[in-house]
This record gives sequence, C-alpha cells and structure tokens, in this order.
Amino acid sequence: MNFEYSEEQLMIQQAARDYAQRELIKDVLERDARSEFPAEHIKNLASLGFMGMMVDPKYDGSGLDAISYVLAIEELSKIDASASVIVSVNNSLVCFGLEKFGTEEQKQKYLRPLASGKKIGAFLLSEPEAGSDATSQRTLAEDKGDYYLVNGTKNWITNANSASTYILIAQTDPDKKHKGINALIVDKNSPGISLGPHEDKMGMRSSDTHSVMFTDVKVPKSNRIGEDGFGFKFAMQVLEAGRIGIASQAVGLASGALERSIAYSKERKAFGTVIANHQSVAFKLAEMAVKVENARNLCLKAAWLKDNHQPYGIASAMAKQYAADIAMEVTTEAVQIHGGYGYVKEYHVERLMREAKLTQIYEGTSEIQKIVISRDLLK
Amino acid sequence: MKILVLIGNVPDTTTKVKFNADKTAFDTNGVQWIINPWDELALTRALELKEAAGSTIESIFVANVGRSETEGTLRKALAVGADEAIRVDTDPKDAFYVASQLAQVAKGFDLIFAGIEASDYNGAAVGGMLAELLGIQSVSAVSGIQIESGNLKISREIDGGSQTLAMNLPLLAIVQKGIAKEPRIPAMRGIMMARSKKLTVVAPMEVETLTSIVTFESPAPKAACKMVAEDQARELIRLLHEEAKVL
Ligand SMILES: Cc1cc2nc3c(=O)[nH]c(=O)nc-3n(C[C@H](O)[C@H](O)[C@H](O)COP(=O)(O)OP(=O)(O)OC[C@H]3O[C@@H](n4cnc5c(N)ncnc54)[C@H](O)[C@@H]3O)c2cc1C
Repeated sequence: MNFEYSEEQLMIQQAARDYAQRELIKDVLERDARSEFPAEHIKNLASLGFMGMMVDPKYDGSGLDAISYVLAIEELSKIDASASVIVSVNNSLVCFGLEKFGTEEQKQKYLRPLASGKKIGAFLLSEPEAGSDATSQRTLAEDKGDYYLVNGTKNWITNANSASTYILIAQTDPDKKHKGINALIVDKNSPGISLGPHEDKMGMRSSDTHSVMFTDVKVPKSNRIGEDGFGFKFAMQVLEAGRIGIASQAVGLASGALERSIAYSKERKAFGTVIANHQSVAFKLAEMAVKVENARNLCLKAAWLKDNHQPYGIASAMAKQYAADIAMEVTTEAVQIHGGYGYVKEYHVERLMREAKLTQIYEGTSEIQKIVISRDLLK
Repeated sequence: MKILVLIGNVPDTTTKVKFNADKTAFDTNGVQWIINPWDELALTRALELKEAAGSTIESIFVANVGRSETEGTLRKALAVGADEAIRVDTDPKDAFYVASQLAQVAKGFDLIFAGIEASDYNGAAVGGMLAELLGIQSVSAVSGIQIESGNLKISREIDGGSQTLAMNLPLLAIVQKGIAKEPRIPAMRGIMMARSKKLTVVAPMEVETLTSIVTFESPAPKAACKMVAEDQARELIRLLHEEAKVL
C-alpha cells in the first residue's frame, strides 16, 4: 500500500488550488448573490484541461487518473462548489458515460468538444415525479423506426441552459419497466426543447439549474447509447462514477471550511486569548480534521479502485454518503467557530454550509446511498 | 533564437524556517519546494514572447543547479511550457559556485533570464556573475522586455522613474517583479507531458567554494504588545522612556 501522491498528482492539485485561490475567489460572492453562471471561469478551466480530466487525449481529454480528479475537485470546491459541480457533471456524468459506452462516431462528434470544454454537457435523469426512484421514468422516447420521439419533463438539471449536449434518460417501452429505458444524446437546440426558469436555490447558486420540457423532439436512432433498453444500467453506472466527483466536492466544502476555521481561530480573540486556545474550539477543529481526512480517504479509495479497474460502486456510495454528511457537520461547526461573523456572507462559511446541504441530496440522497450500501451488506 | 531561463528551487514561501543543531544549515525536512518566484515570472514572460505573433524564438530551455530532488521544480517549468531542461548535478553552494556551474550549460543562448534574487538566501549575485563568466552583457532590475521586429526593448524601474533601453543579443536579463503579471498555471496536458520532455543531467565542474556559512540566526520573537489607554499619554511617555528606553 502506498499513500504517496505522484509528482503529477501534486502538480494537478496545485494547479486547481492556484486557479481557485487566485481566480474563482475574486467574484464567488457576487456570483452567489446574483445566481450568475461563471462563464469566463469555465472557459479558463476548459483551456487548462479541467472539463475532460479523465478522457483519453485522443478525444481531446487530459488523460488523468481518478485520484487526480478527486484532488482537483476538492481544491475547486474549497472556494467555489458551483464551479465544481459544473465541472463535475461535465466530467463524470457526461464525458465518462460517452467515453465508456458511446460508439466511435458518437465520441468523435460529441465527446471531443465536451472533453476539451468547447461545449458543456448536462445529464437528464430526474423528473418531477422521479427523483430517488429513478425507475419510474415518465418521459417517453417512442421508437419511430429511425428516430425516437421524445415527450416529457426533466427536473433539476444542472447546466441545463449552458449545455449544448444533453444525455437524456427516457422510457421507450413502459411494459419492460426499467429494462425499457434508453439513454439518448440530444442536441439542446433541437426543435421542441424548452427550459423552465432558473431555479432560485439555497446554494450552488452560480450553477444553472432548470427543468427541461420535451415536446415531440426527434432524436436520431444513431444517438442512442448502447443497446435498446440499456438506459437504466447506463444511468446507474454513470452515477457510480459521478458520486466520486460529488463526494470530492463535499470533501472540498468541508476542508475549505476547516481551513477557514483554523485561520480564524488563530486570529479571533475572546477572553484575553485567541479562541484557538479555548479547548472546545481546538477540539472542534480536531474533530473536523478527522472527518475530512476520513472522507478524503474514502474518495481516494473509490478512485483507486476505479483506476485499477475494480468494482467501485459500493466504495463510491460510501464516499458520497459519508463525505456529504460530514460536509454538512463540518461546515455547520465552521459557522459556529466564526460566531456572528460566520453568519454573514463576507466570511464564506455560511455559503459553504448552504452548498454542503446539496451534496446530501443530488446524485442520490444520503438515504439512497445507505440503501445501496446496506443492500450489498445483506445480499 | 534560443532562450534560457535559470530556475531556482526554493522553499515554499509559507515554510516554517528551522536550522540544524549547529545553526550552519537550513533544515529541509518537510519543506515543499517551488520555482523561485522571480524565475517563474521570467519563464512566464519567455513563454509570452515565444507565443507572440511573428516570434522567432525556437525554444526555451530551463536550467538549475541541484540534486535529483530538484527535478520536480524543473518538471513544473516543463509543464508550464519550457521545451527542455538541464540540471547540473550538485548542491548549490554559493553564488560563484552556482554561476560557474551554469556557465558550462549556458553557452550559445541568445537571451538568458535570471531572477534578480532567490527567495531563500536573497544573494542577488548569480545573474551578474554568470554574464561575466560568459562574457556577455547583462542588465539588471529589468521589469519589462519587448521584442519588436527582432529588436530588444528593455524597461527598468529606477529611482523616481523608469528607463527604456535598446539592447543587442546575446544578453542576460536580470529580472524583477513586473516582468510578467502572474505566473502561469500549467494545463493538465502540460503536466502529463512534462515527463516526456528532455531533461539533461550534467556533471558538475570543479569549482572552488568561496564562502562558508558561519551561523544562521532567527529574528527574535516579537515581544508582547502593551496597550495603553488613549487618555494615558503620560503613562505612554513613561513606558517609552523607562522600559523601552527609546525616549
Ligand atoms: C440543485 C440540484 C441539481 C440537480 N442536478 C441534477 C442533474 O443534473 N441531473 C439530474 O438528473 N438530477 C439532478 N438533480 C436531482 C437530484 O438528483 C434529486 O433531487 C435527488 O435524486 C432526490 O430526488 P427528489 O428530489 O425527487 O427527492 P425524493 O426522491 O422525493 O426524496 C425525498 C426524500 O425521501 C427520501 N427517500 C426517497 N426514497 C427513499 C427510500 N426508499 N428510503 C429512504 N428514504 C427515501 C430521500 O432520501 C429524501 O430525503 C439535482 C437536484 C438539485 C436540487
């Protein structure tokens, strides 16, 4: 066993940290207040190679391993989890699935611009009536011979407006239940697609989230990913990988909050000494650090399994559940350590706390992760 | 045109500085190493010049004097965009020693960038010595460098203003902050390709070490601050006179 990072992994971590601490930090508060998409940052992150980190360079990706991905997402998330979710969705929900299951033609046409970040992708699974229970898809993709006719509504779609390419999960044969579901690549500007208003969210406000309505949208058969009926399996495999990204995001939120708390507690004085000298504050920091370390290790383990072509679904569910839950705890404690200052925007920790909440909900709630983990224990 | 950028391997600026037991050497345990900030800016400017429209720069080399542990720093320079690296395999002992080692690998370059100083020992001597050893002209405190249709324009900050010079090649430019705005962040592909770029290791020459370190002293810790209430001017004067003994 080797706990050492490679020189490249450290350089990648540093590059992500530099971009976050030098650039994302500049306007993160304003973008949060105004729910403004970080268009310029995403362009810059794309040119640095962060939009298709694990994609093979022959499809214009960066060719990194999953360990590097974990480290990069953590660093971006310490400062700006909105930017990191845009990056994470593109990397692990969109590029990953296309590279793993797409045809060569699909990869040339769709993966290349997504991996280089010239275009952005979105993943459309959730519906108004189908969140945790992703099998009850109501969006229909009727088989019309050489195309599918799509009708229905998807909900809570990250990158819905900024994306050019959608990976859509929809029901083709309701009788076959989840075995009748397909995954389709859809051009966002296809006729018949319209967006709901930008959701006014509690956190990650600078990522764009919309519902997406499909009315008689024609999707060529050649845009189906995998065999007929492969869509549900596809979605589950993509989410297994995606959870490593969201788990790393949660680690970043927690470690970012911890870093700010350490700095603050060494400066803020109360009762004649810096608050770090009060044992209850110091112990809080210690407990936060142990949680962050545990969560990061779970992410790295899942990433290591993925890099070594071993099953990683349970490991990524564990990482996602634990990291998201401790992110909520650690960011809440960070606000506590900051006292009143923690409750105002300028000190960032209240935002980290608002953002941490989402990591317990999307890409499978903490409860759903526990279902995945416990089913495996009890099988 | 070929450019060489000298790359110092220095401790990260947030390093807690400690010394060995007899205080004659810096304790490098647990230290994170970075490219000397001035050298990193010089490299950034070199890359900008190479990428500029109509540029005649074929390659940018980076060189450093150091043991194999310093290769990470050279590879960072390669990741950012330098084409080739050279490492003289020895410990950098003093400025003359380093300049002499570099002189054997710095021949044949049209333009050499050196940082005005290194952020560890702040010697501020290697650049000038190297130019002397190579027998080429050098200019110090360079804060801007322009190449316009093959002609070199150098700007320097001087007391109370700035100066612009037209210079010929070959030249060694000793640069200060301002030479480039910000160091570049390496792209992911650059990082992944860095290992496949050429890094030549050169054996050191025999050079006499001219200096030896007698001792290092850390600055005395800041004394505790005594607060005097705003209406206690008399007490303040008494303290300054009797305790601080500055009045
Ligand atoms: C900002 C944001 C961005 C999102 N981005 C995307 C995206 O890009 N693409 C996409 O497809 N989706 C996206 N989602 C949707 C997200 O994945 C779902 O919200 C999530 O899966 C939960 O579904 P739901 O909201 O319908 O909640 P429900 O499924 O209705 O769950 C409500 C509660 O019941 C619990 N629950 C449900 N079933 C069980 C059970 N069997 N046992 C125990 N507890 C249970 C849940 O854990 C939860 O606490 C996003 C959501 C948000 C808020």
